[in-house]
Amino acid sequence: MIRVLLPAHLRALARFEGELQLDVATPVTPSRVVDEIERRFPMLLGTIRDRATGKRRAYVRYFACERDLSHDSPDAPLPDRIASGSEPFVIVGAMSGG
Amino acid sequence: MSKVRVLVGTRKGAFVLSADGKRESWSIEGPHFPGWEIYHVKGSPADPDRIYASQNTSWHGQIVQRSNDGGVTWDVVGNGFAYDGATGTHQWYDGTPHPWEFARVWHFEPSLHDPDTVYAGVEDAALFRSTDGGASWSELAGLRTHATGSQWQPGAGGMCLHTILIDPQNAQRIYVAISAAGAFRSDDGGTTWTPINRGLRSEQIPDEDAEVGHCVHRIALHPSRPRVLFMQKHWDVMRSDNGGDSWYEVSGNLPTDFGFPIDVHAHEPETIYVVPITSDAHHFPPDGKLRVYRSTSGGNEWEPLTKGLPQRDCYVNVLRDAMAVDTLEQCGIYFGTTGGSVYVSPDGGDRWQEVVRDLPAVLSVEVQTLA
Repeated sequence: MIRVLLPAHLRALARFEGELQLDVATPVTPSRVVDEIERRFPMLLGTIRDRATGKRRAYVRYFACERDLSHDSPDAPLPDRIASGSEPFVIVGAMSGG
Repeated sequence: MSKVRVLVGTRKGAFVLSADGKRESWSIEGPHFPGWEIYHVKGSPADPDRIYASQNTSWHGQIVQRSNDGGVTWDVVGNGFAYDGATGTHQWYDGTPHPWEFARVWHFEPSLHDPDTVYAGVEDAALFRSTDGGASWSELAGLRTHATGSQWQPGAGGMCLHTILIDPQNAQRIYVAISAAGAFRSDDGGTTWTPINRGLRSEQIPDEDAEVGHCVHRIALHPSRPRVLFMQKHWDVMRSDNGGDSWYEVSGNLPTDFGFPIDVHAHEPETIYVVPITSDAHHFPPDGKLRVYRSTSGGNEWEPLTKGLPQRDCYVNVLRDAMAVDTLEQCGIYFGTTGGSVYVSPDGGDRWQEVVRDLPAVLSVEVQTLA
């Protein structure tokens, strides 16, 4: 079971409060995490990854274990502490005003 | 007694304003979708409880919201706006080729007869249609792939398809307008398209009377006379009496013919409204006075409407989709400003009332006349 934190706008869209807990097949990767989020909450399709390209949206960031993993491969395994659920995988809207 | 419901899209959410037929006392609900840009909210003429809203941010992209109960509750529907086939290129701001990229929905135009059928005008410019209440979308690709597409270029707000008019007497005839490509007409339900820009002159493009490239800001028609079109272009207020085959200028005595919205009185097909804006460099009204101008002769002779509108120190703008008319016996005119005010005139423009102020910047105003 892994833990995921979503930004407030996406929690509102998904009508979900608090921390998500997801079963994700190993190796746990950002792509697999987002696949599972979109499967459980289809209203979030396109809000984290662009629907046309499948790429992370420009103003969305992936944080984990005090690191910005946004520019790592989305298919690279996440740290063990994320895969084990001891720390959350954090999806945030980039700080860019507005 | 009849009622009106005003659907307001803003930079930070949607609002629903309601009043009885007197349009004097208003209730204000919202914000719906707080924090998101709501470019457009529009109800189905066939079922006024069915409403579509375009919800967007740069962070999380495009969401389509649908209400089946007049805007009380909303559900997310489909956002699969995939261009059909090869996307090709249009001109970028610097004149270089740039691939089509979907950014947002600027305008929803529900079918006049079927609540589940709705058209979406998007940036980068294309026309989509849903026949299942917004769950899925198909591009009417004949527009984007028109032979002139590679010459289209974005206006300052992006390369947006912002106006969709369905001929109420001929469902096969659809008009659209794109900034900055111009106006187009389909006579086969959206399969094929013809540029309809003859008579437009734009000093901002190298060939002033080119077939495409004009920055059309808005087009309006009266349902009883759908071949007569009124256009607010970047500069110039224009009119066509032949379904867009040709246009002539009707700016007449306007203090400036730059502006964004244009609309037609619900019961008087020759009575039209614009909001003159100083210039493309100064997006605020001349002399700090917010004035709607009305022509009761289909253009050329215009009168300022000022009663109840700020006549000093006003430096707001009124955007292209931010004016609407109701269909009550005494036609009401509505508009919203980038300063967050929404105004109504319950008597065709003679006097105005500020319904609400200090909303986020208003992007769109639509009104539903309810039994």
